[in-house]
Order: sequence, then C-alpha cells, then structure tokens
Amino acid sequence: MDNTLKKDTFCLGGHEFHSRFILGSGKYSLELIKAAVENAGAEIITLALRRANQGGLANILDYIPKDVTLLPNTSGARNADEAVRIARLSREICESDFVKIEVIHDSKYLLPDNYETIRATEILAKEGFVVMPYMYPDLNAARDLANAGAACIMPLGSPIGSNKGICTKEFIQILIDEIDLPIIVDAGIGRPSQACEAMEMGAAAIMANTAIATAGDVPAMAGAFKKAIEAGRTAYLSGMGRVMEKGASASSPLTGFLEEQE
Amino acid sequence: MSRNDHINESILNDEIREHQKKNRTDHMKYLPDMEQIDSDIMDRVLTAMNEYDYDKYTEKEVVRALNKDNLTPEDFAALLSPAALPHLEEMAQRAQQETRKHFGNSVYMFTPLYIANYCENYCIYCGFNCHNKIHRAKLTIDEIDKEMQAIAASGLQEILILTGESKAKSDVKYIGEACKIARKYFRVIGLEVYPMNSDEYRYLHECGADYVTVFQETYNSDKYETLHLAGHKRIFPYRFNTQERALMGGMRGVAFAALLGLDDFRKDAFATGMHAYLLQRKYPHAEISFSCPRLRPIINNDKINPMDVHETQLLQVVTSYRLFMPYAGITISTRECARVRNNIVNIAATKISAGVSTGIGSHVEDLEDKGDEQFEISDARTVDEVYKDLTLLHLQPVMSDYIYV
Repeated sequence: MDNTLKKDTFCLGGHEFHSRFILGSGKYSLELIKAAVENAGAEIITLALRRANQGGLANILDYIPKDVTLLPNTSGARNADEAVRIARLSREICESDFVKIEVIHDSKYLLPDNYETIRATEILAKEGFVVMPYMYPDLNAARDLANAGAACIMPLGSPIGSNKGICTKEFIQILIDEIDLPIIVDAGIGRPSQACEAMEMGAAAIMANTAIATAGDVPAMAGAFKKAIEAGRTAYLSGMGRVMEKGASASSPLTGFLEEQE
Repeated sequence: MSRNDHINESILNDEIREHQKKNRTDHMKYLPDMEQIDSDIMDRVLTAMNEYDYDKYTEKEVVRALNKDNLTPEDFAALLSPAALPHLEEMAQRAQQETRKHFGNSVYMFTPLYIANYCENYCIYCGFNCHNKIHRAKLTIDEIDKEMQAIAASGLQEILILTGESKAKSDVKYIGEACKIARKYFRVIGLEVYPMNSDEYRYLHECGADYVTVFQETYNSDKYETLHLAGHKRIFPYRFNTQERALMGGMRGVAFAALLGLDDFRKDAFATGMHAYLLQRKYPHAEISFSCPRLRPIINNDKINPMDVHETQLLQVVTSYRLFMPYAGITISTRECARVRNNIVNIAATKISAGVSTGIGSHVEDLEDKGDEQFEISDARTVDEVYKDLTLLHLQPVMSDYIYV
C-alpha cells in the first residue's frame, strides 16, 4: 500500500475501515474463502444469511475468518417486512449490527426494489443497525435512504452476477456528487479495471463477488482486485489529470474580442 | 417421429389396453372440489406447443440462438430441434458458463422422503398406480419424525416430502404435520404431492413448506388422457395450473417437468420451458426450477424405458433449459446413473439428491420395506459419496440457501 492510502479510511456506522474492498462469500468453494480474504486484504465480508446452516455439512460460517467484519445480507427477502425479519435474525446468529439490505422481487435479473428497501432501512436504522442498502442508482431514492438512516448507499453497476461493469456510470457519479454518505458500488463489476474505474470516480468502496468467485484462480483474482481498487483510490486522491475532449486549445480564442476594446 | 404416432409400447400390457377402450370421463372437465383460476397460461403454452414444428429449424437458427445473451422462446425452440444436435458440445459449454455465472460452483443437495404410497390414480407407467399390486404404506407421525431425524443426521438441510396421490389416505392436514416436523430438522422444505387448491397451499406454506414440484408428465392432452385413466390426476387443466395455484397460495418456488419418453419429448420439453417462462413473467418473484426425468422400470413392469430419449437427447433438453432460463434451478434425478448425474451437474444442473430411496420408511432400520418403491433408482450413492464426488468435480455442495420468512 502506498503512503497516500495508509491514513485513508472511511467510516460506516462509527466503524473505521482501511480496506475499500468488500468481498462476497458466495458462489465459490468454502476452502478458498480464507485465502481470498487474505489476498483481498478485505476487512468486511458479506454473507447471505440464508447460506448459514443449522449445523449440518458444509456450514459457511465455519469457513469465514473471525478477524473480519461479517456483513450479513437479507437476500431472499421479497419485501421490507421479510428484510426486517431476516436482519433481526442475522443480528442473533452473526452477533453483528451490520446488515446489507437486499430486497428483490424479481428472480430473473435480481434487481433491487428501491421502495421496499427504503422502508426496511427506516425500520432497521431506528433499531440501531448499521444499514447498508443495495439499490438501483436513483438520486431520489438515495436521498430517501440517507434520510431514513442508511450508513452508506450501495448502487448497482449492472445486474448481480452479470460481470458487465458499470453500466450505470453516469447515475452513480450523480450519487457520488450529491450524497454525503459513502457510495459503495455493488454488483456487476466484472474486472479489476472496472473496480478501478469506480474508485477513480470517487466511490468509497467496491463490493464484488461473482467476478472473483468465477475466476480461474479465486485467491489470485481477489489480489488483482485489491491492487486495482488501491490504484483507483490513489488516482482519485491525487486529482485526476485533465482530459481534452475536443482536441487542443483553440487557436482563435472566443474571448479574444475582449482585448479589442477601444 | 410425428407426435400422433408416438406410442411407447414398453408401458402397455393387455389389461391396460382393455382399460383404455372403456368409456372414460372427460379429462378436460374440472371435478366439483377443484379450484378454477382465471389464467390464460395453459392456452398460451398449448398453442405454442402445437405450433412448434421442430423440423423447420436449421443450423442458422441454432447458431443465432447460441450467440445471444438473452434467448427468446424462438431461440429455445431452435435449441430443442434436431438441427441443434451437431452443436451439443457448444451448447454444453455455453450452459456451463451460464450456470457458473448465476450459481458459481454451488450445487444444492437434498433427499426425497416418501411418507405414503397410497394412490387413487391410474397412471399406467407409474409403480404407485392404484391397479398395481404393491405393498402400500403410510408413515405415522412418529415414524416421519424418526425418518427425518435419520436423514438430518446425514448432514442434509433440505428435504422433499412426497406422497402417492391419495387425498383420502394422505390428507392436507397429514402433509402439514409432516411439514411441521420437517421444520425441526431442516432449513428447506419442498413438496411433491397431489395438486391442491391455493388455500391448501397457503396452509402448507404456514406449516413450513415453500417449494412445490408437480410433473405435468406430458403436455399433449390427448396423450395424457390415454396414460392417466382414472383419479384426480386425470383432469389435465387442474394439474396444469398447479404451480400457479401454489404461487397464489404464497409458495416461493415451483418446479416443472415433463416425464421424457411418454410422448414426443421435444414438444414436451418445449411446453415445459414455455410453461415456466410464462409463469415467471406473470409472477416475477417466483423461483423457477426444472426436473428432467426420463421413464424408468417399475415393479410388475421392468420393460419400461424412455424410448428415443437417450442420454444425448437428455443433455440437449437440460442444456436448452439452462440457456433459455439461465437463472432457473435444474434438478437431476436418481433415475439417472452416477456417471450421467456427475456430468450433468458439472454442466447445467444445480441440485442433486443423495441417499435416495423411493420406498416408504427406508431411512430407519426397523421401518425397512414398509411400502414398495415408485420406480427403480439408478444412483444409490449416499450423502457422503455424492458430497465427495461433487468436491472432486471442484463443485461446492450447499446444504441450504434459503430462509423461511
């Protein structure tokens, strides 16, 4: 990590984090989780509460390192009430106030329901949860989430698992510019370069799962994302260089007439 | 082979032929206790199936379908056609990519538990049919508890509760009690029992079940009528609308299947896909899955076979389902042998049963052989064996990915 990043932290619900890479734990072999977390340098790992067994074989909870912050998500919730119930259960099972709200009423694209997400956020924030809502990047919904007590906003780059990158780039930029909470780009990021791009835009962090889970070498890809996220963050903090959109400076300046005053 | 002359001789015997000639009830007319819902899905599926002429497709349509991100029903039709067979390897490669994209390397494990084999239907290819002379049995509540306890000890967290189709012998309350016991031992409870009304599904959902599987067997209603000679199951539209009633009753997911080999399998597979596709569009939150059963031998008829549905055709159907609906679950049956199951789960299936018996009371020693089985299984591997084989394929066995809310 370079010097610029050593003191660079961000805050979620009063907790400070150095790593800006939130790693998912689904879709890959359990015995790779530990190595992936280490290579990612991740301090937060998400877990679908529905993957946690009651005993039985292959319980994912047994494979998650104890020194990282567990971020349970409410996947499986189809409305606010179900998300609230799953969040309360996650608090008991995972002994964590962190919760990522996922309310999905669509089994094909898995797109989040912003309205129900706002409702769930409002209820859970009042109950003291550190609420991290997954949402479709809409400015009005993001403002409502902020007012409802969200700890950050997690807009999607493209549909979950699609690895298509930041298709919603312009709208995420609006959230970054207008919302005074950390904006964590979640879902759809398929390559380290796309994670880097989001960080250059000023995202506070990246959440990724499928891109790493479906890589040929899971721990190595986790490491590649770490480097890309750090590079993007450093670039953002350094102040991005100017990009000439329409060629060089005009040879006949439009304001030249101001010199011609009599 | 055109659909009208498709007859699977392996199912038939003289007694059945005699029965088929008798005057039979109207299989399209609902019985008085059957709920009728307002839905156009059956008409749309049957129209699409009747118009499906798989011989008209050429390599051109198949290649086009294989190069698309999102497949239309027309693309699905092309992939199920004979013209797609030379492209089966490519289909398998694409199917594997889609499976990994949506499910990673997760494969869900479960086991079926048959709690009763009484049946009022006369389905001529099924070992449980009411004319077949087999040992009948029904587990008591205590026995269900013991069986479930034994299954849970194997490490599984998902159970599929099955009965024969007798509402009189295995009423809704009895199935509900089985669900309540299952809630003690398992995270995920599915049902594969006789079709029922939406309020009955609501009750069973409250008892803990959330997934309903019903096989339509064949979508050709004329053929259906010659195979299902008596009982509630004879009523084709009531069975067809089962998944929709289950969703109306609050169930989270529904599974679809045609029993491949009963009729023209390409038409049946096409109709199965269209049924699932149209229902998902109407109920976007529904979790959709497919089973891909082929006909198997039964007690008193060991000749039954799936005719022209060989392993190649089975793979074509499975990969077509995957490419058409990449987010859908696919279950691979113990009707198939370990070799086929291992390979299909590596390509497209997302769910596999283990430690399976289709008889009654087979998981606890003192209940052994209480009632005979529905069909012969081809994969007798235990939970541990299947688990190990999956890890050797670099797949991650998953016991539960669901939470009851």
